[in-house]
Amino acid sequence: MVSIPSNQTPHGIRSEMASAEVEKLRGRYAALSIAAVVIAVGIPLWWKTTETYRAWLPYSHINELGSLQLQLSMEVEVVFSRGTLTPEQQKKVPLTQTREQQHHVDENTGLKYRYEMKYRTATIMEEDALRQPTAEEADFSLYKLSESPCGSVVVYVIPETSVLLPENIKVYVGQRRTALLRGQVGQGGELKAVLSALDPEIEQVVRTMSFSHEDIMAALSDRIRMGRLSKESLADSMRSFKSSPGYEITFSLLNPDPQSHNLHWDIEGAIHTYIQPLLDKLAPVANHSVDSQILYYAVLGVNPRFDNSVSAFTLSADSLAHVINPVEARLGSNAASSNPVLNFLLFVPDAHHSPLFIQDHSKRVVDSNAFHSPRWGGIMVYNVNDRYGQEAEFPVHIDIDMAHVMGVFLAQLRLMLGVQSAHPPPGFLLQSPGSAGLTDWELDRLQWSRTVENVATASTSITSLAQLLDQIGNIVINDNIAQQVYNAVTSLQAAVAELEAGNLAFALQYSREAILASERAFFDPSLLHLLYFPDDQKFAIYIPLFLPMCVPILLSLLKMAGELRQRRKEQRAKRD
Amino acid sequence: MTAGRCTAALLAAVLVCGLTCASTAAAEEAITEEYESISNANEHVQAQDDYARSQKRREITEHDDDQNEPPPSSSSSSSSSSSSSSSPPSKDYFKEELVIRPLSSGDIYASFQFQTRWDTDFFAPGKKVSHYRLFPKSLGQLMSKFSVREMHVSFTQGYWRTMQWGQPFLPAPPGAELWVWFQDSVADVDGAWKELTNVLSGIFCASLNFIDSTNTVEPTASFKPLGVGNVTHQRFLRYAVLPREIVCTENLTPWKKLLPCGSKAGLAVLMKSEKLFHSSFLSLAVHIRPVCQDWGCKGTAWELRQTVNVVFDLHTTGQGKREWSFFKMFSRTLTEACPLATSSKVYIDVTDNPQGELFELNPAAPSLTQAVVLGDRRTYAVYDLMASGTFGLLRSLNVLLRWKTPGNFSTQVDMLRPLLHGERYVAGYGLQTGEIHTLIYNNHPYRAFPVLLLDIVPWYLRLYIHTLTVTSKSRENKPSYIHYQPSKDRLRPHLLEMLIQLPPNSVTEVTVQFERALLKWTEYTPDPNHGFYVGSSVISALVPSVVAMDTIFPESSYFVRVYTEPLLVNLPTPDFSMPYNVICLTCTVVAVGYGSLYNLLTRTFQVEEPSPGVVKRLANMIRYLRGVPLL
Repeated sequence: MVSIPSNQTPHGIRSEMASAEVEKLRGRYAALSIAAVVIAVGIPLWWKTTETYRAWLPYSHINELGSLQLQLSMEVEVVFSRGTLTPEQQKKVPLTQTREQQHHVDENTGLKYRYEMKYRTATIMEEDALRQPTAEEADFSLYKLSESPCGSVVVYVIPETSVLLPENIKVYVGQRRTALLRGQVGQGGELKAVLSALDPEIEQVVRTMSFSHEDIMAALSDRIRMGRLSKESLADSMRSFKSSPGYEITFSLLNPDPQSHNLHWDIEGAIHTYIQPLLDKLAPVANHSVDSQILYYAVLGVNPRFDNSVSAFTLSADSLAHVINPVEARLGSNAASSNPVLNFLLFVPDAHHSPLFIQDHSKRVVDSNAFHSPRWGGIMVYNVNDRYGQEAEFPVHIDIDMAHVMGVFLAQLRLMLGVQSAHPPPGFLLQSPGSAGLTDWELDRLQWSRTVENVATASTSITSLAQLLDQIGNIVINDNIAQQVYNAVTSLQAAVAELEAGNLAFALQYSREAILASERAFFDPSLLHLLYFPDDQKFAIYIPLFLPMCVPILLSLLKMAGELRQRRKEQRAKRD
Repeated sequence: MTAGRCTAALLAAVLVCGLTCASTAAAEEAITEEYESISNANEHVQAQDDYARSQKRREITEHDDDQNEPPPSSSSSSSSSSSSSSSPPSKDYFKEELVIRPLSSGDIYASFQFQTRWDTDFFAPGKKVSHYRLFPKSLGQLMSKFSVREMHVSFTQGYWRTMQWGQPFLPAPPGAELWVWFQDSVADVDGAWKELTNVLSGIFCASLNFIDSTNTVEPTASFKPLGVGNVTHQRFLRYAVLPREIVCTENLTPWKKLLPCGSKAGLAVLMKSEKLFHSSFLSLAVHIRPVCQDWGCKGTAWELRQTVNVVFDLHTTGQGKREWSFFKMFSRTLTEACPLATSSKVYIDVTDNPQGELFELNPAAPSLTQAVVLGDRRTYAVYDLMASGTFGLLRSLNVLLRWKTPGNFSTQVDMLRPLLHGERYVAGYGLQTGEIHTLIYNNHPYRAFPVLLLDIVPWYLRLYIHTLTVTSKSRENKPSYIHYQPSKDRLRPHLLEMLIQLPPNSVTEVTVQFERALLKWTEYTPDPNHGFYVGSSVISALVPSVVAMDTIFPESSYFVRVYTEPLLVNLPTPDFSMPYNVICLTCTVVAVGYGSLYNLLTRTFQVEEPSPGVVKRLANMIRYLRGVPLL
């Protein structure tokens, strides 16, 4: 029952099969070439048009910054005055020694301190200066002779019998960068032995007057994990403000009771006399701007309790934490800049709640009647109730004693700005800073730690920016941001190099530039533009086009692969 | 004596300003045909001064009235003077006042004004102002950082109904309005303006940050500086209105924080937000301008005026009774003046009640004063909060107004129709074109006067300026000055300023046609079907006064600014799922086309035996069933 169509002769069948084969081959080629076009042209085109713009960034340099090897170099000059060295020993000086200390902080951070010790004998003029009656005058005349560069320390070794220093004082640290050290008189023997005998004392002096390992570690707290820091240095670093290119200092007089007290403070004069010298001195570290205001009807957040034992109102140390919030709402943010604000509040309690004293944890009245809040500012309570009697006519005009107030605020300001109070070892005498409110070596200390902190912060923000770019593909990097990153990286490298060379002032300058550029790059709003383009919306747009286009291509490719496998199998079967 | 000095000071201020204006006008080498208009604009500057003067006059007459209150500088008993006397370089004063006027519509208009004056120069070379006492620090920092010479901000909820309520003391358009004159030292005015609006939006918790180039204009004539100074070129002026801004407690709280006494003492105690916002109209404003320090005008002082204007609809909330008291309006009473203020007074308008036949005040007012306010002579009952007797035995002041003829409002004296008043609406149908009509009424029986009309229209309404017609009394009225700045799409709005002469007792109609633009889909607001707001037009004019004025000021007219209603215009709004639909549809079409093409290209074709027809197959089936050989 097989019916063969009349036109299908064997020859016809063969030719037809050949043409069908050709046709099949053509189809295959067509499918392949379409797939090739899609892969070679379509995908790159799609990739190119939907790409987010990324300017070139110096990734290799950024990676180098990821592992920070800081070297801090400083110069220590040790000057021997007459009578501290024997003549033979004197012949061997001047002499230069280099001492290095290496600390491994964590896997990405290393520290190296390099002290360049220069030993020499005193010049005649210095000898003259050292012959002054008191240490303070000697310090001043030595300063007039030669000014030592920023970041260095000069130690004068004076004979043990010298009357410059009071009894049982071993070391005197002056207002500038000089220290006087009482040495052993005329020891014989090798110079080396003398020097090594002096070494521990000089090290103590240097640690007091310049950076110590604890300070540097606290400054690095941005980079390293908390557990590695001692509790005390952590508290120190938490108290002071983060390094910033500028600070706004605001003094506010809170007068909750203008009906009874008509307060007057000469804030302009007080700032000029007490605060401005300190700020002028701190100018290389940051810009400061000062303003003041008077707030009326501003109240504290807690009601002070009347304490019968001292017949006064008291604020306990536990409640101090709640004092600030309601006041802060009145302070107002700074409209003119985005620098951190340091607030100093002078609170004059109202007539019905006077006098008011602050008690510490052991229920004792705090002498200064003031407290500070870390990284925020300070509050001082100023009682005026003893200025007028019962029958006074309200409002009472009261002039505030600014010298007393500013003394407290100045101490708080030093804390907030990060001027650490050095804990001198026994036998040390520190000259008080005088009218400037800050000695040169304190400024150096601050500069060391600020530089290290700036370098640490800037390198952290640059590396985390690079990490972020690595993780989130949608972030656009414009050319100006790339420029900022580039600036930050070069400034950072320059700062590290200057630190290594021991040029503290330049290092600080570069580190400030680095931190400015890195913050500007990191917080630029243009980074966020495409950040929140959700994937599901993208697919909703792609699928209607890509799915119907890609499915036939894939299917025909699969089919071809299947046929190829089939043919291979057949060939193998044929060979067998 | 005080009054005399003050008047002299004002005269001097006006003279200084007049001179400088003249010089700048001379410097402006305008095209000859524009010359007239500029001089008109100049005349307008005078008008603005006059406005300031009339505001001042209110205070002068107050001073005049109670001689026993010494001026702040020479006082020995006033509370804050002792402290200010010991700080010689910068003196600051604070004054507060509240004016209450029963409106003929049965509403109560209460107007608070807090004025801080500081005798210091923000821009003195080499000296930075950074120590603040009464002047708020945030505003002071703003002034010095952005070199602002004059700043006027207002936040208004509701529309001031001029026809029913008369003229307000300080007019304000619905929404937020901000206009700022910068110092002539500012190089990048646009940059400063942008930053300033952002900072202000932070200070007042308002959306002033939405002010950008698309709603900012530089009016040439309508907004001239109100303080002393010599810059009148509009290059340093920026003006913007956000008609959509909604004013609420979050704006009032920061506003109150700027007051030295906050809301703890003085008149600000009355400003309880739940009562203030339960009103027909509420306008908060802050005005800063430089004024003369003394009558010689040797130095400038800074004047900060914070005002709250509120209209209570007590008639409906008080069950038809028209009695009102402080407690009823504000749910608070006054107990003390702000101890920092040098003057603290409450004024109640009793003009319609000269003999006490209509209503009585309880407690009775200690004194009366007369003042010419906005061309009208008014009588006020004055309560001085600094005087010891004001608060009585209860230590609180709760002024109560009781009508003698309850329920009968027809006995009320009809309010004078406001001489100038404006209306605006959109005409036309469909979503393609439309027409803006602005009606300006001159109700003066026999005097014609010119008005300046300022129109700001967003770019998405494309004005056809050739269709601009101005008709009064069905005759064409040719404006003597037209300043038109065409819009640029997405960059700046249309600005149209015209000086129009209004014939007496007439209605002038200004019409202009526009086309509605189709926005890009991201430019629509979240609720596009609500419509788009077009800010009020501003009509500024010198209106002839009804009352003959003092002989010192010969021109008997006063400055009035009237805001029309904002417009709400519907724009053609697409269906917002459209873009996705379009994407889907095009993709489907492309996919179908591509699919068939792909099929054609990759399929294998071979000739196939034509299949037998249906009939043949059917026949074969039957044959198969029957066992007969198939065909």
